[in-house]
Amino acid sequence: MKALAGLYVQQFKTTMAAMFQYRASLLIWMIGQVLEPLIYLIVWSAVSTSAGGSVGSYTTRDFAGYFVVLMLVNQFSYTWIMYEFEYRVREGILSFALLKPVHPIHSDIADNVSSKLLTLPVMVLIAVGLAAAFHASISPQPWAVLVFIPVMLMAFIVRFLLEWTLALAAFWTTRVSAINQTYFVLMLFLSGQIAPLTLLPYPVQIIADILPFRWMIGFPVELLLGKLSPVEALIGLGAQAAWILIGFVLLRIVWKAGTKVYSAVGA
Amino acid sequence: MNFLRLLAAFFKVSVMGEVAYRVNFFFQIFQTFLSLVVSLGGLAVIFSYTDTLGGWGPQEILALVGVYFLVGGIIGLVIQPGMEKLIESVRDGTLDFTLTKPEDTQLIVSIGRIDIWRLIDILLGLGIMIAALIGLGEKVGLWQAGMFLLMLTVGGTIIYCFFLILATLSFWFVRIENILVIFQSMYEAGRWPVSLYPPWLRYGLTFVVPIAFATTVPAEALTGRLNWETLLGAVALALVLLVISRLIWRVGLRHYSGASA
Repeated sequence: MKALAGLYVQQFKTTMAAMFQYRASLLIWMIGQVLEPLIYLIVWSAVSTSAGGSVGSYTTRDFAGYFVVLMLVNQFSYTWIMYEFEYRVREGILSFALLKPVHPIHSDIADNVSSKLLTLPVMVLIAVGLAAAFHASISPQPWAVLVFIPVMLMAFIVRFLLEWTLALAAFWTTRVSAINQTYFVLMLFLSGQIAPLTLLPYPVQIIADILPFRWMIGFPVELLLGKLSPVEALIGLGAQAAWILIGFVLLRIVWKAGTKVYSAVGA
Repeated sequence: MNFLRLLAAFFKVSVMGEVAYRVNFFFQIFQTFLSLVVSLGGLAVIFSYTDTLGGWGPQEILALVGVYFLVGGIIGLVIQPGMEKLIESVRDGTLDFTLTKPEDTQLIVSIGRIDIWRLIDILLGLGIMIAALIGLGEKVGLWQAGMFLLMLTVGGTIIYCFFLILATLSFWFVRIENILVIFQSMYEAGRWPVSLYPPWLRYGLTFVVPIAFATTVPAEALTGRLNWETLLGAVALALVLLVISRLIWRVGLRHYSGASA
């Protein structure tokens, strides 16, 4: 346990140093993270204005609130492991990680959390600015704010487990970008990034309830906006718990199978 | 004519280089297909709640999406690969070889690398535009078509100059390969008419990163909503940028000292 804590502290320092080194990349990455929800915010505000001030249960100001919160939730649960794993396998870097006495997922968790400690404050500032500029309405009940904290953490865990598992596809193929892109398109529609899920056709909503994407992004956003009843929040927590379990089991199975087929390049 | 001859030669070399990697063709098709799904899916959801978006009807927005794919394809086919190569070759000194060639260096650099698979985006963009035009019917005449071609050329020129100026900066700041990535993520904003955006973003997308001239303005020409001020302004900007980028290029080139020399 103590050794693991040491690893996390060390990874934290390494990540910080790396991030200060690559400030420009960080800025570029942030522009992307802000721009996409901002575009959909503007588009949906326009739709809402031309439809007389509201679409479904969302007013123009609700849309602003929705996409600003979505930006933060997405930022909080974001991982970049799917881009990195292919490189690790292809270049044989993974071999070194496998030699270490701890599971390589630990350094990834530490890396992810550390970089967010640095980026999240900046994103919060941007979010506050956008919320003010677009007159966002975010008025949750106190219970929803309390429940949001565990919900957000679980959303992060679900996303981290599943994307880490999916990243392991790199063990079998070096063409992971097609898999990644398919994943992101599904995510765009089914997590609520393109529009609040209640505005999508009913069959799509059912699919979104079954698949994990909604529980990574859309659910926390709707909760914080005050769009969910306590019962719906409980159901959501249950779905998140179920997906954490599924993700954990999948990760163990796939990791075991993957490390068996792994033969490092150059080894 | 010399330009066309060189372009054909570089194109041939690219084709010969790429036919060995035919799987890339299917990956590009797949990638383009996914991008299409995002565009059309989003439009389907949005237009199930409204008839117009910022004054644009569904068919007109569809035409804009077509222009978005077409121009994105042109940028990915020839503009961006060449500029990426320029930045690389300034860093590792291989620009030396290009300088020794008898043709104009700017010309060779600009068309020296071609990503042929992006032709798929161009074809898809044309297909979407045709589908949208059939829907628009008689509203589009020869005049609109002519204006569209003019604005497409003007927009392409502005984007080319923009890329060239950014890439030329590598003569002074060697590590700037990331700067082109910014454009990539901002180009997403071109899927929608810029009139939709709040003023600060609209000006940003017009004058800082000139995406408006790449997608919105040609689509305006095609759908007959282009006014004279925009038309003349765009042509003037393209001409000014051509001169400025050429000047910066020449100053930059004088600044280049090679890596091995």
